[in-house]
Amino acid sequence: MKMNDDRIRWLADGSESLDSEMLREYGQPEAEEAPDAFEMPHPRERRYYHLLHTWTHRRGERLMNRMYSVAVVLICVAICALLIATTADMPRFGDAAPLEDDNLSEFYVEEGYRHTGAANIVTGIILDFRGFDTLGESHVLFIALCTVLMLLYLPKKSDPKTMREWLESEADDRRFEPHADLILQQGAVLLVPLVLVFGVYILLNGHLSPGGGFSGGTVLGAGLILYLLAYGFRKTERFFNFRTYRRLTTSALLFYALSKGYIFFTGANGISNGVGTGRFGAILSGGLLLPLSVAVGLVVACTMYVLYTLFRKGDL
Amino acid sequence: MLNALTDHLEEVAALILFGIGFSNLLLNRNMIKKIIGFSMMDSAIYLFLASYGYIRGRLAPILPAETPAPSVTQYVNPLPAGLVLTGIVVSVSSTAIMLALTVRLYRRYHTLNIDEIAMRAKEADEA
Repeated sequence: MKMNDDRIRWLADGSESLDSEMLREYGQPEAEEAPDAFEMPHPRERRYYHLLHTWTHRRGERLMNRMYSVAVVLICVAICALLIATTADMPRFGDAAPLEDDNLSEFYVEEGYRHTGAANIVTGIILDFRGFDTLGESHVLFIALCTVLMLLYLPKKSDPKTMREWLESEADDRRFEPHADLILQQGAVLLVPLVLVFGVYILLNGHLSPGGGFSGGTVLGAGLILYLLAYGFRKTERFFNFRTYRRLTTSALLFYALSKGYIFFTGANGISNGVGTGRFGAILSGGLLLPLSVAVGLVVACTMYVLYTLFRKGDL
Repeated sequence: MLNALTDHLEEVAALILFGIGFSNLLLNRNMIKKIIGFSMMDSAIYLFLASYGYIRGRLAPILPAETPAPSVTQYVNPLPAGLVLTGIVVSVSSTAIMLALTVRLYRRYHTLNIDEIAMRAKEADEA
């Protein structure tokens, strides 16, 4: 119960009291261990031992470090030289030769839009031909976030094990992050809507112009992080908490997996899937590419934002 | 070798960046700097792939209007762009995990020096 009282006091007094507490805790010199009493029978032996010991500690360590550095530099230079020598066999930079032997790229460029209905061939490739690959990518992001959550999540319980870590991260948060900064807030008023609208634009135009789920999602996440920086956790908690994250991400991933599975199943069995490719160049063209890139974008935006909050204070 | 420098300047730059990142990864004792080196190696690979896909004088692979048969001779290679996109997401994920592990290690040992962390972990094991 004492820990709990401490926490309340620290939170009420601000970080200064916590600082002095931590200073008292860590500032105490550690108890020195008595050196091993090492009995050497002969004084000459003892002197040799002493010489060897000092040499290892002063010169030997430095010598080993220097040898390691030299070896590392040599190995890196050798690897670089080997790789650069290999580039001599490659076609010249900017040459069309690699594309001429490449039937796959030729197929993607010439036939891609007829199969996918997307003006942007790269989006057609990553969301249609290589759709399962992109699904795996989204899951890689999701799993990475789960790992970071396991490593950094600090529940605000009065568990004495995580108490100190939580208090330290809270103190860091108070010390290093801006609080109600006027310039930042006024800038955010102008910038956040623009950034969010631009993110949505990139997200929705991924099959027509440069962009797509990953880039649009990153811009959306950056907008959310800017809002959080300017206005703090109290404001963002109202519309984005852990439950929102869980619901959004799992439903987006589930939607992606189900629709992709449906498309591949019907395509493999020669059944018409009932989703046309739409008129070329319109916002609703490209069949399922638009909803798929929105799903990917939601996953990416949420993941970026939650990663930031986890690194900042271990909680949402 | 000289021929490589004149004909493949972009690829050579990417490979030198790779070497710098690799030596950074091996030489630095600070965990954060090691992670920076790792990210540099990632970026070098993307630069390499992107320069491999580029073809001088051709357009980005986005069709301007509906054409009956888009010709492959008009556009750059779209495949490396897709691969780089995949790679960037994976490198973001791995960087996040590495940084999270570093934060945990720092909270436990209050140092970023990898030698000191290894020494203290060994001491804790023996005790």
